[in-house]
Amino acid sequence: MTQDSIHSPGYELPPEMRGQVAITTLDRIYNWGRRNSLWPMMFGLACCAIEMICAAASRYDFSRFGMEVMRPSPRQADVMIVSGTVTKKMVPQIVRLYNQMPEPKYVIAMGACASGGGPFKEGYTVVSGIDRYIPVDVYIPGCPPTPQALLNGLITLQKKVDSESLKTVRWYQKGEIPPIPVPVLGPDLMDPRKYDLIREHTRSKAEAATTTESSVEEKIG
Amino acid sequence: MTEQTTLTPQAAAASGDIAAELAARYPQWVTPDRRPGYSGLIVQGAHLLEFARTLRDQYGFDYLASLTGVDYLPENKMEVVYHASRTTGGPSLVYKVQVPRDNPQVPSLTPLFQGANFQEREAYDLLGIHFSGHPDLRRILTWEGFAGHPLRKDWKEPYFEEEAKPFKSRWPNGNIVRAETLNPYGDNVQYPENFDPEQWTPQGDEAIYSAIRKVAAAHQDPELTTDMMIVNLGPQHPSTHGVFRMVALLDGESLVDIKPVFGYLHRNHEKIGERNTYLQNMPFTDRLDYISSMSNNFGYALAVEKLMNVTPPERAEYLRVIMAEFTRIISHLISIGFLLNDLGAFFTPVLYAFEERELMLDIFEAVSGSRMMCNYFRFGGVARDLPEGVLDKIKDLVYDRLPRKIDELDRYLTRNEIIQVRTQGVGVLTAEQAIANSAAGPVLRASGVPYDLRRADPYSIYDRFEFDVVTANHGDVYDRYLVRLGEIRQSIRILQQAVRDLPEGPILAGKPNYQVKVPPGESYGRVEGPKGELGFYIVSNGKPNPWRYHVRAPSFINLTSLADMCRGGKVADSVVILGSIDIVLGEVDR
Repeated sequence: MTQDSIHSPGYELPPEMRGQVAITTLDRIYNWGRRNSLWPMMFGLACCAIEMICAAASRYDFSRFGMEVMRPSPRQADVMIVSGTVTKKMVPQIVRLYNQMPEPKYVIAMGACASGGGPFKEGYTVVSGIDRYIPVDVYIPGCPPTPQALLNGLITLQKKVDSESLKTVRWYQKGEIPPIPVPVLGPDLMDPRKYDLIREHTRSKAEAATTTESSVEEKIG
Repeated sequence: MTEQTTLTPQAAAASGDIAAELAARYPQWVTPDRRPGYSGLIVQGAHLLEFARTLRDQYGFDYLASLTGVDYLPENKMEVVYHASRTTGGPSLVYKVQVPRDNPQVPSLTPLFQGANFQEREAYDLLGIHFSGHPDLRRILTWEGFAGHPLRKDWKEPYFEEEAKPFKSRWPNGNIVRAETLNPYGDNVQYPENFDPEQWTPQGDEAIYSAIRKVAAAHQDPELTTDMMIVNLGPQHPSTHGVFRMVALLDGESLVDIKPVFGYLHRNHEKIGERNTYLQNMPFTDRLDYISSMSNNFGYALAVEKLMNVTPPERAEYLRVIMAEFTRIISHLISIGFLLNDLGAFFTPVLYAFEERELMLDIFEAVSGSRMMCNYFRFGGVARDLPEGVLDKIKDLVYDRLPRKIDELDRYLTRNEIIQVRTQGVGVLTAEQAIANSAAGPVLRASGVPYDLRRADPYSIYDRFEFDVVTANHGDVYDRYLVRLGEIRQSIRILQQAVRDLPEGPILAGKPNYQVKVPPGESYGRVEGPKGELGFYIVSNGKPNPWRYHVRAPSFINLTSLADMCRGGKVADSVVILGSIDIVLGEVDR
């Protein structure tokens, strides 16, 4: 595995030097180093967190993939595994944690709830997927996903890391990466990026106090 | 438990006597609840405190098990439902207070039972019932500023589609509609009319801090002015076992007071449960205390079966007990593992716990198809029989492997000096405090109260098994650990008997049904879950969906004792104490 992922094809090594010398590209060795030491943030939200711990425990043991160092602090973590239902009360904290993570950073939405609301989607304080607030790299289906599924997701993330290039990664581009605005808890959760939409709709709601579902549909359509 | 439950006739008569006696004693303000399917007493709000005090001091109902509200929208009234029981055992007594819906005011029971504190806050938050005399009536599961009281029947969530499932759009027509497309914001949000988000001042945590500053002012030394510090632990903190937050008031290293903050995992279990059909709720109960899903299934199945008046066949009863006791072992193992984690033995004890857990999860997966979310119980039985070969695995576990492994755990941990020093005498809860705080499960029993529902008010077939109720007398963290360890041993004992006696036969009364007929009435089903008394209060109006569905969550109510245990301790102890209460956030916030 190591040989394949680090060696750059196109250069033949003499047989006596194989295993001692590697000819590779900067991209490859950079990604090889990163993919094998992705430190997840120790951050459990709900049921999925238990399966995440299982994945860290002896039977599944994700330290085989260089991930055993779980860090409770976002400053030292590379991967945020959003493991469980995201509620409106929790989402400001999650966005803040994401903003505090240093680049390069990745997000895994573990389970149905984090991916799209899951069984609790219809609930009044449940966010319909964390990707409404922070960018997600890998989605893992399941309720909860088995530890095998989480491992599969983490391996998928490693593949994604492999495919990146120093020239295009966002953290080496010019300029600062702006932080994601932290949502505010009002009468309901308010995303600062959507203030105009909220204002517009609440005004039109006041004008047409008897809005039926069908007319709402028309407005969107 | 109410009279309509499956009790021995003597016990039912005894409970009936008390209700009748009380109604006869205070005819002006206590009346029996005569609605069909209902039981207990209706008390006038003005006399509630007097009634509760009489019940506690003269009749021995010293334990307020559950408190919740029901919104009877058609009758335009609200009802607060209290379930009181005796810590010496026996069925519980239910009494209610009815108030008008537009101005629901009920006297708070906190002067008598501290355990009412959080439950009243929850009823206030979700139903808008005001409890006069409550020391700290704030929102608890939602946040300050949240619009409305969600469990009121006329409150609609943003993704509201219909009053009850199955929604017509989905069944039988089979149209799939994404809820987002019906919402003008394309998201799970709604705002009042003419609302301007930029004019909004977030109310933030000021309510919590002002409450804790009052405590600080009361503790201020008049001669030496020192600053007290407010420290937030959580919601993202490795020791809070999920998204739980404690606001601690510190005087140096010492804890002066601690206020738990809930709701970071409030996923509207009850509101969704009231839209669901009865059977649709079963998988949702799995996700309450997600470590012990089988046990949650058990409580819910009991509550609905009581209303339906069905009894599971023998084999199903044994299978239920086997699964529930495995669940208890898993939960206690994890609890011990994480307690050690909190003490600084990073991850190794958890690995030991999870190793055994995996073997039990294999059994769950074999019988139910899922490791964690088993969804195994049905009304009147269980979903599937044991597949071939599983019984041998179970036998191997309960006769050989588990007893050995528990001895191993005992040998490694119990006499460990660091554990003893860090836990003995830390987080002490006296028996009186534990009862007043409505603590349940190992937390209660470690304070020396031998109250275990499997003995105190036997359900299912627990009266057939030989086991001890494990208690300890110091009420500290160490004793809670010992009680859990002892309970694992007792569970293994029960399992050995259950496996030995497991009969052949059907596993479900009647044929499997997607839609069950539940007659109108109320019922309170309770089991001794791994964390304590897990109760389900269900009000049925004869429709396919419950009118009210409330969960008496032991983790949530056990947290009432957190402040009592922490006061005077060091800040590092708070983490250990929280670990010893053994909370699961899915159940705390529901």
